[in-house]
Amino acid sequence: MLTLEGGSLETENLQRPSISNSFNQVHQEGRIALMPFLMAGDPDLETSFDVIVNLQKEGADMVELGIPYSDPLADGPVIQAAAARSLKVGTTPMKVLDMLKKFRERINIPVILFTYSNPLLSFGIEAFCEEASEAGASGLVVPDLPLEEAEKLSPIAARNGIDLVLLVAPTTPKERMKRIAETSKGFTYLVSVTGVTGERNAIEGRVQFLVENLKESSPVPVAVGFGISDSNQIAKVRRWGADGAIVGSALVKRISLATKGNEADEAGRFCRELRKATGHL
Amino acid sequence: MDLAFSARPSALGRFGQFGGQYVPETLMPALGELEQAAAKAWKDKRFTEELNHLLKTYVGRATPLYEAKRLTEHYSRKEGGPRIWLKREDLNHTGAHKINNALGQALLALRMGKNRIIAETGAGQHGVATATVCARFGLKCVIYMGEEDMRRQALNVFRMKLLGADVKPVLAGTATLKDATSEAIRDWVTNVEDTHYILGSVAGPHPYPMLVRDFHAVIGHETRKQCVEAFGGLPNVLIACVGGGSNAMGLFHPFVEEKSVRMIGVEAAGEGVHTGHHAATITEGRIGVLHGAMSLLLQDQNGQVQEAHSISAGLDYPGVGPEHSYLCEIGRAEYVAVTDQEALNALQLVSQLEGIIPALETAHAFAWLEKLCPTLDAGTELVLNCSGRGDKDVSTVAERLKSEL
Repeated sequence: MLTLEGGSLETENLQRPSISNSFNQVHQEGRIALMPFLMAGDPDLETSFDVIVNLQKEGADMVELGIPYSDPLADGPVIQAAAARSLKVGTTPMKVLDMLKKFRERINIPVILFTYSNPLLSFGIEAFCEEASEAGASGLVVPDLPLEEAEKLSPIAARNGIDLVLLVAPTTPKERMKRIAETSKGFTYLVSVTGVTGERNAIEGRVQFLVENLKESSPVPVAVGFGISDSNQIAKVRRWGADGAIVGSALVKRISLATKGNEADEAGRFCRELRKATGHL
Repeated sequence: MDLAFSARPSALGRFGQFGGQYVPETLMPALGELEQAAAKAWKDKRFTEELNHLLKTYVGRATPLYEAKRLTEHYSRKEGGPRIWLKREDLNHTGAHKINNALGQALLALRMGKNRIIAETGAGQHGVATATVCARFGLKCVIYMGEEDMRRQALNVFRMKLLGADVKPVLAGTATLKDATSEAIRDWVTNVEDTHYILGSVAGPHPYPMLVRDFHAVIGHETRKQCVEAFGGLPNVLIACVGGGSNAMGLFHPFVEEKSVRMIGVEAAGEGVHTGHHAATITEGRIGVLHGAMSLLLQDQNGQVQEAHSISAGLDYPGVGPEHSYLCEIGRAEYVAVTDQEALNALQLVSQLEGIIPALETAHAFAWLEKLCPTLDAGTELVLNCSGRGDKDVSTVAERLKSEL
């Protein structure tokens, strides 16, 4: 079932759900963690919250929440368009964090924030980590912040109880992979394609090799993302030994195509379907 | 402040607090490979000989340092005024300084065994230069260009196509240089294994600001030598337009350690820096990260990158090269801004006084002479980087002038 272990107690103490507990739970259940991504504020923040609640209800183990940025270099057309829509309705990092704060007690699974360097820098990295912590966020992914540039943010995030998740790409040499994995907190994010986010017809065969390599050197779990969009692909990366699967563009597209008011139901349905591919029920 | 060549940038690609490598992990190995390839190439006599040979026989270097006598006269007061020299980068093959870098990077791509080239372009000059060198070396070439810029620079779009390049329109965001650059980076993230990205300005992640600067430094090196030949010393003032800042950096670089040489970068104030419709990044921006580098940046209070506005497509960029931000911060160079209208006026003035139609970008540097010259002592030796020719801009200029007549 869901990672609600000690949920109500945690809520009372306002402790954030832990990414590592979530992975432990998933391991015990013999599953791979299902980690859907949505863009906060697409189409609006109230809907985003409803989507999170439904994802949680339908078996998401963690949720990755995008904070929109005007120039998202690592994103393909689907997530770029979602960010643009979100910015158009006035979404700001503070509004996203305020939404999380407001509904904090209703979210029991770890929320991992996903945003780019510039909005963070503009907010002030210290202030952002404090606010994110207060909002109950458990992790942070910054796709344009490689190992070398993460030095400053890493300890600040850690001090605020936020796991700064680093990314490994198919082009990353093995020795570097090891250094990244040893610095990454919560899990290591394996980018499964040489490319930007977006659905792909098939998952590249070399991902198996990448997962195996990374599992060898990563002291934290390994989650695969970029290009994972359906049950078959989740089942595949599970067989290859990944601990988590991140599904982004496929969900974002469904939310954008849903009729007004049905976004959360649509997201929930998709999540239920994907959940079946994560292993034992 | 440390102005030593060897200290700019640091090993981590920093100019003071500016620069760095804010890119997806996928690109990090390629950036490392590029840095190593460049370092190795500069030490390889075969590389520098081939580069110099092609700069001479294909690009047409050295470009002249031309004494603009009528312009000098125009700004002369009773007691005299500055003597104005033009570094004629507009006489390069393809009509601007951009080819210095495109050629150098194409040679590097060949050494790295990459046979597909991508580039972004704003005014189209970098796109044309890249398409040109790709044709010369038989490399596959894809150019990303904002749709708005394709409209403004239709002539250059056709030139690129004629040269065999695939010009891809970019519709995202403001459909200008910023978005073309983002799209080029996304292409590179996707095709990094067989593709080299010829970034066209002293912007982007390390090593690009250094790499592009070093290929354009030939402008400053020639200027230095030519000044000694022409008047037996160093120039007193250097002036150049700044969008990303490549032509300015190329001119400034060999003079940065010469503290007697005053350096001025001229940004695009668009409709005026106080209207919000401008591209005066150093004048009005605050520190941020765009396209892989920390630098000054036009952004809103939430860190969203703002639209830049300039009549000149080549200056229409909300960022600026990190080394310029650094030179500004330490007070080594001055940065000012002129409006679209001032640039248009200067373009006409220079055309009629010197028989040189400068590019709209370059016209910004000329426009600052109006304010600068009255403040300079008689006999001041001033070198202005005439970075490109204006043929590509004639339809834009015609459109603007007609509406005024």
